[in-house]
This record gives sequence, structure tokens and C-alpha cells, in this order.
Amino acid sequence: MAELERHDVDVLIIGAGGSGLRAAIEASATGARTAVVCKSLLGKAHTVMAEGGVAAALGNVWSEDNWKVHFRDTMRGGKLLNNWRMAQLHAQEAPDRVLELEEWGALFDRTPDGLILQRDFGGHRYARLAHVGDRTGLELLRTVQQRSVSLGVEVFMECKIVRLLHGPSGEVNGAVGLWRESGRFVVFSAKAVVLASGGVGKTWKFTSNSWESTGDGHALALWAGADLIDMEFVQFHPTGMVWPPSARGILVTEGVRGDGGVLRNSEGRRFMFDYIPDFYAKETADSEAEADQWYENKRDFRRPPELLPRDEVARSINSEVKAGRGSPHGGVFLDIASRRSAEDIKRRLPSMYHQFKELADVDITAEPMEVGPTCHYIMGGVRVDGDTAASTVAGLYACGEVAGGMHGANRLGGNSLSDLLVFGRRAGRYAAEHALGITGATVVDEAQVDAVCNEALGYFDGSGENPYAVHQDLQETMQALVGIIRTESELVEAKERLGDFSERAGTVSVEGHRQFNPGWHLALDLQSMLAVANCTTRSAIERKESRGGHTRDDYRESDPDHFGKINMVSRLRDGVVEVSESPLPTMPAELQALFEEGH
Amino acid sequence: MASTTEQAASTTRPAAPSSTARRAVTLRLWRGDADGGRFVDYEVPALEGEVVLDVVHRIQATSAPDLAVRWNCKAGKCGSCSAEINGKPRLMCMTRMSTLPQDEPITVSPMRTFPVIRDLVTDVSYNFTVAAAIPAFSPGPREADGTYRMAQVDVDRSQEFRKCIECFLCQNVCHVIRDHEDNKAHYAGPRFLIRLAELEMHPLDNLDRRRYISEQMGVGLCNITKCCTEVCPEGIHITDNGIIPLKERVVDARYDPVAWLGRKLLGRKAPQSAAEVAAVAPLWRNGAAKHGSAASKDA
Ligand SMILES: Cc1cc2nc3c(=O)[nH]c(=O)nc-3n(C[C@H](O)[C@H](O)[C@H](O)COP(=O)(O)OP(=O)(O)OC[C@H]3O[C@@H](n4cnc5c(N)ncnc54)[C@H](O)[C@@H]3O)c2cc1C
Ligand code: SF4
Ligand code: SF4
Ligand code: FES
Repeated sequence: MAELERHDVDVLIIGAGGSGLRAAIEASATGARTAVVCKSLLGKAHTVMAEGGVAAALGNVWSEDNWKVHFRDTMRGGKLLNNWRMAQLHAQEAPDRVLELEEWGALFDRTPDGLILQRDFGGHRYARLAHVGDRTGLELLRTVQQRSVSLGVEVFMECKIVRLLHGPSGEVNGAVGLWRESGRFVVFSAKAVVLASGGVGKTWKFTSNSWESTGDGHALALWAGADLIDMEFVQFHPTGMVWPPSARGILVTEGVRGDGGVLRNSEGRRFMFDYIPDFYAKETADSEAEADQWYENKRDFRRPPELLPRDEVARSINSEVKAGRGSPHGGVFLDIASRRSAEDIKRRLPSMYHQFKELADVDITAEPMEVGPTCHYIMGGVRVDGDTAASTVAGLYACGEVAGGMHGANRLGGNSLSDLLVFGRRAGRYAAEHALGITGATVVDEAQVDAVCNEALGYFDGSGENPYAVHQDLQETMQALVGIIRTESELVEAKERLGDFSERAGTVSVEGHRQFNPGWHLALDLQSMLAVANCTTRSAIERKESRGGHTRDDYRESDPDHFGKINMVSRLRDGVVEVSESPLPTMPAELQALFEEGH
Repeated sequence: MASTTEQAASTTRPAAPSSTARRAVTLRLWRGDADGGRFVDYEVPALEGEVVLDVVHRIQATSAPDLAVRWNCKAGKCGSCSAEINGKPRLMCMTRMSTLPQDEPITVSPMRTFPVIRDLVTDVSYNFTVAAAIPAFSPGPREADGTYRMAQVDVDRSQEFRKCIECFLCQNVCHVIRDHEDNKAHYAGPRFLIRLAELEMHPLDNLDRRRYISEQMGVGLCNITKCCTEVCPEGIHITDNGIIPLKERVVDARYDPVAWLGRKLLGRKAPQSAAEVAAVAPLWRNGAAKHGSAASKDA
């Protein structure tokens, strides 16, 4: 492999979503030589699909809002399993990060007095999400993209990182990538690597995620010896499209409910009133009359149950469908047509209007939508230091969806986009600081490089199945056995099947040649998805309680005394995923007090 | 499984679906690379509610695993899946099969204005080069309270342009570059003319790019055929709201030497030449640009 293409940088950022580009802006501002690598073209990362908004306690609509309220909402939404330090920094810094986007050209929707408008979302006490109609992710990504371009950040597009490289003491010091278009390898030597690779949704059958979300960063970290935490916590967004079949899983933004949309079963009942958990009873309306007044008057009325955190709503929809009160295609009805004027709907939710019109031939200003849960987000990820985004392996950092801890057991809507900005910036800053502190050239280990290249090329000699078939089976298995509602026997069955899957995935056969060959790329992505599937399944077996995005049919209650105080850690030891418990960091007393003020 | 017939386009058709058999559809896909290619017919069962991209994916998963196609969101939000469907530039993920005539093969070919890399994937790096040459947003100071205040009516127009998903379909149909490859060197194309319009109309921006727009971005080459507006999947009024007002502003700038001098003295000067742009432009790299034609075909 002598004539491989090579690049030497200070900071290598894997991912060009909101978090990766925000990290790049920060790292390059410190003077570090910074490069970004991404699997798609620049500007296409999953972040572009985010709809509803970015959560930040700007207080533009409700002056009562401040970081403490946001912090408290986030922790409660996460069922108190969040890394408190991350939740604190996130709530404190999000407003500045949003205002900074404006300075870089973002144009959010405005309040009557010319400030950034904020909208209601589930689990947020006040209207808190800065937004642009229902295309907030596009605005955010375009803004950091244009900023990165103007700063001259170097971007390697359509290049997949296959493996990280490590130095003599285990520190990460580079990576091997694969140009998708030419099928050639490229070697990066780097003093620090930032994972900003997004989510894992493609491991499940029905998902709102794009093809890129195959958990590559989770797997790269695991293979490099880093800890992952909370991998059992996978968020099923309550409202994905259920029909037509090919559109199943595509997201219907929570903004529909934030803007007045309600859920009904086949009997026309607003069934969410039947599912208000004690934990949220004090702050949730118990009649339609009260709920409907809340949109205009948040001081005197409590919020509608449609805006409970996502895990609650997803489970309730699941129960209604199971009880035979679902819609014709196995979902429930989401109705905004009867609640808001056609004009309002088109102005506030233009891309939802368009999406249903084009894909399902449904006019959402005249008829209800059919919706059901879809795999959306992983709360678990790389274990990081709250302040610096450093992983447990020297030289490796993580931010955005690939990092764990920030959202605990369940993420609130809008808290991801703000997470990308807050921790993207921190990861970029501390990775650059680390890199600039290392003197001397980075020397990668050629034996590791050779091994990675040979392994990747090995798929062309495979004699097994088509990678698409293996992927489809894996998705079916995870959907059926490690879905919204879990139980020991099914999880154990999944664990056993995953053993077979690693054999099948290891021997898939790839047709054609190296140039832009999606079958080959999928064979490589399958390895990442399997790593994720293993960590999630193993952690889900060990967490014998129900909490947030992890619901056990055989352990229906939360266990505050034991599982409420631990993170589940996944590590690779001798090639095998090992899962162990680790105590949750304890919150300082002054933050603890925020939960006792009886909001 | 899909059945495949390799043939030159417009020869024999696959058997017409009989009323007893499950309905089938035929996609006539362009397969090939920079050295050339041909259309290949794939017949697959028709499924309810599918879009063209779904059928392409089914073909990929069953009979053509190495079929190259770009996509990400499958919901019209990322602008990755642009192609020419029955000759019309469209997003594959937003084109329902039921809206196309099913009794004849549906042709899907790559965007014509950009060099083919493989199958439906083209080299769109021209667009990234233009993007990098655009003088960046440059805001004035914040209000005393640390905010920026802008009324909704004042941001509506720029917001319309910011809806752009960079599918490059407008670039693909614009005859200025579709039929004249050499124009690419000095023409931004409709996507970037509205980007410039967005910056010009942005209430906070105070850089004057007007001379640059006329001299380096070639706004004068557009002769308002509106083909770009017709294909925009976001429904952006590219010509009426973007390019025409931009042309008007540029004309004003040319005849206002005092304003031009004032801007120079204030030091807000846009890059004036390609060389200056290159000096500030970042490096865009991808496999195509560096290795596309020399790609190794051995495994
Ligand atoms: C439909 C939808 C709507 C959403 N709406 C909202 C919302 O309104 N508010 C909110 O807060 N959150 C929302 N979310 C969640 C949020 O959008 C995501 O969590 C977030 O965008 C993830 O950003 P990221 O920077 O971590 O990664 P991504 O944006 O997913 O980007 C990942 C990047 O990593 C690259 N990459 C991955 N693997 C590799 C590899 N091996 N080599 C090289 N590059 C690699 C990819 O190419 C990509 O550039 C939504 C999600 C979806 C799906
Ligand atoms: S209107 Fe102008 S930019 Fe649009 S297609 Fe015609 S010539 Fe090109
Ligand atoms: S302006 Fe419209 S057609 Fe052109 S790139 Fe943007 S979204 Fe596509
Ligand atoms: S796949 Fe994103 S626009 Fe078609």
C-alpha cells in the first residue's frame, strides 16, 4: 500500500452535520490545521432534515424562561439519567450559540418586535424552539456550512472513514478513509480526531434517518477502545408516516402538535388524556378545555398531554394500536386540519404540507394524517467529559448525536440541534487545544493501515449473501426484538441471532468494481450497524427497568434506587462487547435544589 | 427479483403486463461512467404508493447491487437525488410512480449539465467552486441589548431563497451552462444568483457585492428564460424574485461611482478577480475531482 494518498492535519473531524461543522469552525479559529470528512456531499448531512427547531432559553416569547428552567426540563425529560454537567452547559450556552448563527447569516422567524420567534415542543415548559417554519435543520446546516466555506475549512466529501488508527500508547492518531467515488483509500494522520458522525437509525426497519445513519462513529469509537454509554436508549419518535409503505418512517415534526395538532384514535377520542403518567400529572392538563387554552395562556393553564415527552407519546400510540383502536394503516390520527386554518397550516408547516401532498396524496389542511412511531435518535453514545467532549481514549473527542450522556434516557425535541452547537464548539476547541499541545510529527502505523485496507477489499472475494439481504434481515430483527417494548426472552433471542449476523455480514459478496459501489459501502456499514446492535441489545438485557427510551414489558417500573443511579457502559474487550454498570455522576446540591422548588 | 434486459434505448419493450399477472413497471436506467454507457431496462413489480427512488432502490437491492445513485432524506429535503425522469429534471424521491405513464418504460438518466461519474451520479463540484467564490455574509453591529432586530416582512424574501436545498436542478436546466461548458468559468448559475440576491436583500448584511455580481458572477448572461424557476422543487421564484431584482440593482451600482468610491474607502471590498477568489477559497476535494477518471476498476 505504498502509494496511498495521505494527509496530515492537526484536527480531523468525522462528520459534516451541524456538530461537525460547528467543531470545524471552532478548531480552525484556533489556528489548528483542520479537515472535515463526510460520507455525502457537503450540505446533505442528516441535520438538514431537522424540522421543528433549536431549543434555547432566549426568553423572547416567555420572559420567564431561563437556563435553569431549560436545564430542569431536559433532566426531567431524560428521566434524570443525563450527565448533569452536559445538561447544565447545554442550557447555559444554547442562547449564545443561536445568536451566533444570526451573526453568520441565519434568518429565523421573527416575533412582532423583531426578535427570534420561539415555538412550543413536548417537554419544554415554555415556547423555546427558535425555528424557520419547519426547515430549521436546513437553516442551521446551511449557516455553518457557509461559515466553514468562508473560513477555508478543508472538506473531504463522499469519503467514508473505515477505521481509526492508534499510536503506541493507544492514543488515536489518524484514520483510514475510502473515497466512495473512486474506491481508493486515503490515510489521515491527526493529532486529534473528533467524531461527529450522527446516529444509528438504519439499524432498524422503520426510521426517520437517512442512509448515512449507520452508527459508524459509535463503532469507530468502540473499535478504538473507547467506552460507550446508555446504548439501550433509542428514541422512537411518536409520529412517523405509516402510509404509503415506502414512506413509512418518514418524520412528521412534533411542531404539528406544538402548533395545535392533536392525536385521535379510530373512535375519534383524544386518547392521550388516558395516558398521563404520575410523574407529569401536576403539569399536564386533564381536560380538553384546559389543554386548548394553554396555547394562548401558559401562565394559568397546563399543557396538553399530546406534548408529553416523546417516549410517553410513542408508548401510548403503541398501546392504542395494539388495543385495536388504530387507523386503517396501523397508526393513529394526527389532526391539525380541524384545529387551525388552512392558511396557518401552510405558513407554519409548509414542508409537512408538501410532504403529505406529494408522498401520500393527503391534504393535511383538510384531513388528518396517519402516524405511528419511527426509530429516530439514539441517546446513547461515546462517553465524554462534559466540559471538553474528550472520550475515554486520548486524542479522541465526540459531539452531536454520536456522543452519549447529554440526553439521559430520552431526548426532548429541539435539544439536539442546540446540543450540536454547544458541544460541537466545545469539541472543536478542546481537540484543537490537545492537538496544538503535541509537538513533533504524527507517525501512523503502516501495519494497521494495511490491515484495514485488506479487510475492506476482502469483501470482493466474499462468497456469501448479498449485503442488502443481510441488512434487511438485521433491520427486521432489531425492529421485532429490540423495538419500543422489550422483554428478556426476545432480547436474548436477538443477542443469539446477532452472532449469526456477524458471520453473515463477514462473508457477504460484493459485485462490480471499486468505483462508486453502494453494495460495497453497505458491506462496510453493516459492520458498524452490527456493533451498535450488539451494544444496544446487550445493554437492554442488563437494564432491568423501564425508563425513557427503554421500556421493558417484564420490568414495567423505573428502579430509582439502583438502575436510576447507573450508566450502562459498553466496551470491546478481546473483540467481544462487554457491558458493565458505572455510577452516574452526582449532581451538585445547588442544581439538585432546582428539582425541589415544586414547579 | 427484477428482470433485466440490456438494450439500446428505444428498442423493444418488455412484455406488457397482463391483467392476470401482478402489474409490473419498467425503469430504463442509464448505466455507465465517464467513458460512456447505455440504457438498461429493469422490470419490477409495481407496488402501491412508490416514488421513483423506491423503485431504483429495489432494483439496487435485487438485481443491480452496484447501481450508483445519490440520496439521503427520501423526503425532498436534502437535494441529493436529482435526475432526469422521462427527460424532466426532478427529485427521484418526490416523483410518485403513479404520476408517470406506466405502459411504457420510465427513463431515468443523470443530470446532463454535469460530468457523469457513474450511473446516476454526476460530478457537481462546479457548484461547490462557485459557492466558495461568494463573498461571505458580513453583518453590522448588534443592537445595544445584544440582539439583532429584524421584522418578519424584511426577512421574508431572503428566507424564500434560503429554502434552497441545493439540488442543482436549476443549474442543470440553465442553458447558459447546459449548452456552453465554457460559460461555467464565469457564470454563477441560478442557484448562486439567488444566494447572492439573498445576501443583497439580507437586512443585516452591509457588504456591497453588486460590481462583483456583474463582473465575476455573470448575472448579465441570464436572459430570463425562467427554465430554472419551472424545475425548482422548493417553488422558489428564482427569476422574478431573485435574478430580475438583482439585475436591476447591479445596473444601479454601475452608474453610482460615488457610492463605489465610498465603499472602497470603507474597506468593504469584494474580491475582484478569480485569483483573489482562489486565494480565499477553501479546498474542495472529493474522489471524483482527484481520481474520477483514473479510478481503478480492479477489485
Ligand atoms: C427528520 C428529522 C427531524 C429532526 N428534527 C429535529 C428538530 O427539529 N430539532 C432537533 O433538535 N433535532 C431534530 N432531529 C435530530 C437531529 O437532526 C439530529 O440528531 C442531528 O442533526 C444530528 O447531527 P450530527 O451533527 O450529530 O450528525 P449528522 O447531521 O447526522 O451528520 C453526520 C455526519 O457524519 C458523517 N459520517 C458518518 N459516518 C461517517 C464515516 N464513517 N466517515 C465519514 N463521515 C461520516 C455523515 O456523512 C454526516 O456528514 C431530527 C432528526 C430527523 C431525522
Ligand atoms: S432564467 Fe436565467 S438563470 Fe434561469 S434558466 Fe434562464 S438563463 Fe438560466
Ligand atoms: S434554487 Fe431550487 S432548483 Fe435551484 S438548487 Fe435550490 S432548490 Fe434546487
Ligand atoms: S433524497 Fe433528499 S431530496 Fe431526494
